Amino acid sequence: MVSEVQKNNSAILRVERLSMKFGGLIAINDLNFEAKRGAITALIGPNGAGKTTVFNCITGFYKPTEGMLTMTRQNGEEYLLERMADFVITKKAKVARTFQNIRLFSGLTVLENLLVAQHNPLMLSSGYTILGLLGFPTYKKAAADAIEKARFWLEKINLVDRADDPAGDLPYGAQRRLEIARAMCTEPELLCLDEPAAGLNARESAELNKLLLDIRDETGTSILLIEHDMSVVMEISDHVVVLEYGTKISDGTPDSVKNDPKVIAAYLGVEDEEIVEMLEQAEAAGVDDITAAVDLMSTEAIHVIEETHPDAPAAALVATGPARPAKPAAATKQPGAKPAKTAAKATSAPAPAKVATAKPEAGNPAAAKTAATKTVTPVAPAAAKKPVAKPAAAKAPPVKAAPAKAPQASPIKAGATANALAAPRDGKADRLIDIKGIGPVNERKLNEHGIFHFDQIASWKKADVIAAEAYLAFDGRIAREDWIGQAKAMAKASQKKPVPGKSGGAK
Amino acid sequence: MAQNKALLSIENVETYYGNIRALSGVTVHADAGEIVTLIGANGAGKSTLMMTIFGMPRARTGRIIFDGKDITQLPAHEIARLRIAQSPEGRRIFPRMTVQENLQMGASLDKLEYFDEDVRKVFDLFPRLKERINQRGGTLSGGEQQMLAIGRALMARPRLLLLDEPSLGLAPLIIKHIFEAIKELNKTTGLTVFLVEQNAFGALKLADRGYVMVNGIVTMSGASKDLLANPEVRAAYLEGGRH
Amino acid sequence: MADVQTSNPESNFAKAVKEGLVAAALALGLFLLIVGFRTDQNIRNELVLNQRWGLLAIFVLVAGFGRFFLTAYVTPWNAARAASKRAAVAKEAKEQSAFRKSFPRIGLALLFVYPFLVIAILAAYNGSLMGGLQGSLKYVDNFGIQILIYVMLAWGLNIVIGLAGLLDLGYVAFYAVGAYSYALLSSHFGLSFWLLLPMAGIFAALWGIVLGFPVLRLRGDYLAIVTLAFGEIIRLVLINWTVVTKGTFGISGIAKATLFGIPFTPGPGGFANLLGLPNSGVYYKVFLYYLILLLALLTAWVTIRLRRMPIGRAWEALREDEIACRSLGINTTTTKLTAFATGAMFGGFAGSFFAARQGFVSPESFVFLESAIILAIVVLGGMGSLVGIAIAAAVMIGGTELLRELEFLKHIFGNDFTPELYRMLLFGLAMIVVMVWKPRGFVGNREPSAFLHKRKLISSEFTKEGHG
Repeated sequence: MVSEVQKNNSAILRVERLSMKFGGLIAINDLNFEAKRGAITALIGPNGAGKTTVFNCITGFYKPTEGMLTMTRQNGEEYLLERMADFVITKKAKVARTFQNIRLFSGLTVLENLLVAQHNPLMLSSGYTILGLLGFPTYKKAAADAIEKARFWLEKINLVDRADDPAGDLPYGAQRRLEIARAMCTEPELLCLDEPAAGLNARESAELNKLLLDIRDETGTSILLIEHDMSVVMEISDHVVVLEYGTKISDGTPDSVKNDPKVIAAYLGVEDEEIVEMLEQAEAAGVDDITAAVDLMSTEAIHVIEETHPDAPAAALVATGPARPAKPAAATKQPGAKPAKTAAKATSAPAPAKVATAKPEAGNPAAAKTAATKTVTPVAPAAAKKPVAKPAAAKAPPVKAAPAKAPQASPIKAGATANALAAPRDGKADRLIDIKGIGPVNERKLNEHGIFHFDQIASWKKADVIAAEAYLAFDGRIAREDWIGQAKAMAKASQKKPVPGKSGGAK
Repeated sequence: MAQNKALLSIENVETYYGNIRALSGVTVHADAGEIVTLIGANGAGKSTLMMTIFGMPRARTGRIIFDGKDITQLPAHEIARLRIAQSPEGRRIFPRMTVQENLQMGASLDKLEYFDEDVRKVFDLFPRLKERINQRGGTLSGGEQQMLAIGRALMARPRLLLLDEPSLGLAPLIIKHIFEAIKELNKTTGLTVFLVEQNAFGALKLADRGYVMVNGIVTMSGASKDLLANPEVRAAYLEGGRH
Repeated sequence: MADVQTSNPESNFAKAVKEGLVAAALALGLFLLIVGFRTDQNIRNELVLNQRWGLLAIFVLVAGFGRFFLTAYVTPWNAARAASKRAAVAKEAKEQSAFRKSFPRIGLALLFVYPFLVIAILAAYNGSLMGGLQGSLKYVDNFGIQILIYVMLAWGLNIVIGLAGLLDLGYVAFYAVGAYSYALLSSHFGLSFWLLLPMAGIFAALWGIVLGFPVLRLRGDYLAIVTLAFGEIIRLVLINWTVVTKGTFGISGIAKATLFGIPFTPGPGGFANLLGLPNSGVYYKVFLYYLILLLALLTAWVTIRLRRMPIGRAWEALREDEIACRSLGINTTTTKLTAFATGAMFGGFAGSFFAARQGFVSPESFVFLESAIILAIVVLGGMGSLVGIAIAAAVMIGGTELLRELEFLKHIFGNDFTPELYRMLLFGLAMIVVMVWKPRGFVGNREPSAFLHKRKLISSEFTKEGHG
């Protein structure tokens, strides 16, 4: 029967056009994905991408603004989760969940926690309390069965010895396991786990992996999982969905997602696993200073990310210094890496097809050096096609590259507006953040696209606005906040007197 | 051990929860300008040690000395006044206050002239928080709350920063980013960091020295790269899932 | 470490003197106008100002010396004791003492023989059975019945607050509903006590549901305020709906309860007559005593049973974490409602008993203060603990009743001193003392409802009070 369940590949949960707005804040925007029956589906993405919100919609804690959530039970019954109350979803649709910040009943014992989870069947067998109160044997039997079931799960999570201790007294990792067991005691068909491996060390997450695979294989329960620990996600999930800013940016098998440049840029960076591999290689190669090598590796990774994905929170504290040249040490591992990974890494190499800048490397000899030392050929098609590539280590502003999003909208390949400059006039940029609506991140993006002065913004035409919004990923904000008007006023003001201290300006 | 230059030294500390001994004879120190990490399994007592530094719970025996001053019996708020800041386990942000207010709560009162600058630095580190500046702490996502807790600790311009699992619930990219920032702060301002982590690999990579804790006892200590290379440590904390 | 713990005795003494002086000064400032001066009416109805410097001096000295002794001796002694206890405690087994284990049983046996014990002792003291009977009236009625009513009310409220964690400040409203149901139905329709007892409970439970519905969404402080308002509304309705309730005059001449049809009246057919006993009002009181004892025990039995039922566990889970409850498929709405209704039902039982005992009900018996006292008993006893609550009720209600007995105080404080007036003062003082000494009440530990290997008590540090 179990194998039958696994072969049955129909979707247990279909999320269609799901949107969730909190006031003006769009937490989820038009999200579509499916969770397959008998499979482990992982939901990953940067912090605040809306993953937990998706969970809350599925489990009924939020009512989605729009969209449809269809749960298909094994017996063929279909439930529209967005129309059901939270506790009915667990009771009827058989969806159970855990919480990011563990929500155990800390004053009840471990055993009691598991008994509370069996509330509904016990309620029935106790004749809604009345028969149980009078001591009918049906309840006694049901209560004994419930304890047996609890014992089964306690054995599974290795907590039988602590069954009579308060749940609040357990160490963190055990609490996480107990929460999963408690959810399983509701006999769910879909188990939603919100960061089950958070706070677990490598060994404990390995045990967690085993437990989750066990649950999937033995009970046939499908699992939907939010997780940041890639050792969990990549090893056990059958399918991965990646969210960013409430929208899906990638969807597929762990391997395909892992190598999707968008995901790497937005979320993964360089994986720990790669670092471990590299570590081993470094050891083999007789490099003494392991930490230094690792350090370089991750430094480079940060740069890759910064360049390819300006929305990602940039290491501003780090980046205040001059751009660090990527050191050749990091590149030594390239030839040995798997081809797919090489493609991903190639995002850090210049992708000539799309880069239409006048002089990217010239301004930064380090970049040129990097390009030269890297043995990677810039052919990697998967990466090159995606317009996210920018030269590595090129922090200086006069670098233009294809915009990260909606490239077809921009009139110029460089992604910039018509009046883009290669460098600020007189080497001094205006404080664009003085315009309401422009923050440091946007200022950096504007600088990267050759906008340094108020008068440039002031002279924007409609097409320019569209182009700018494309790379800033704004819809209509420029007009709404009247950047052009603001810029005109600022430009006028700055003509009268020179701009004072400019900590926010480009360097 | 270089006792005389230690900024924080914990000597032979024992801590109890009720009758249960959580820490037994822990001796750990952090020199000024050092990043020290404490790794170990869940329930080993790492967070307890972190909280014991703040006197919650108080050490039953032993001494905790910060900058030459015995702080073992000081009340927590006075310890905080010595510019020891903490990003505690479980985040503990103020859920009904906005992001901005949370950061204000973290700011040290005698250094208010730096307030704007510090807020800007925190926002540079976590642009996500800036986007959420007027949102209540409790409505942030888990990872954002973690960022806020770290940001709030940084607002105190600490001399010693205690970080209890800063990477908990954060995306891999942000974790790297935070570790980078810690390193940078340490390099540029000489900030001393005491770091408790599950992510042993990341922590050891970042730290100068490390301690390994098992059941409330420090079983191993040494330079990070030695620990990283130590087969026992690797087997227990670094490679659990992979071999 | 050593230098921190053994503080210098010299400096400690100086500190104590300083704190004592500060306390004395504070007391002087505080009591100067309250105690130092007093206005009295003289024989010509004029106000005269009396100065009571002596009394003021006593107050100030007590405050000053009290603080001095506390700082100089009690605190160091406590610290030393705590330190030695800490050292010893590690070895000490955590097992409950035999006395604590058998305490409920011993207490129960005592409660059952209490009236006869009192009669026997007093009879021996007075040298006659009659004297014993008449003398015992006060002890059975004022102490026994009075305390047991509060025990029952507190146990009923315990279901709502201690188990489900819903803070209800209007509990006395259900008590009132029960009392008036009995009073009105028995005087208008002449229904018997035994029929009306369950009906009163059902009415109160219905009102519990009526209250429950609108306040289900509220939590914590908001819930408390709304339940408080509900209690006041019921009382105001009772005062103002004069056609039915006779307003503040109350309803008098309510039929007494009977022992399966045998009335407790003097004369033929009465209880005493039938059994050939001498006439006395004590029989009815003793009967009432056993009645309320059984009702209270019913409350306890149901509570204990319910805790092992899924609904009881759901209540406790609700107290711990409501969101987690919902995630486990528990309908928190009905769970909360059943808690409200069950608690209210026992309040209703107690109310109808109260009406039968007094023979008179008026809205004055159902003021907010009553709710507060019941709540205080639950909190003092330890939320969720039946034994603790019973002890708290005995101490608080018995203690205030005992104050009436302290006639000798009149010799100290003068003839116009009425100890009862200080009842609430002492009540409050006792609460503060207990809360400082045992923040989670007399019995803070929670007994688990099920176990796999061994029943271990759960320390109060893990249990939560609930958020409404």
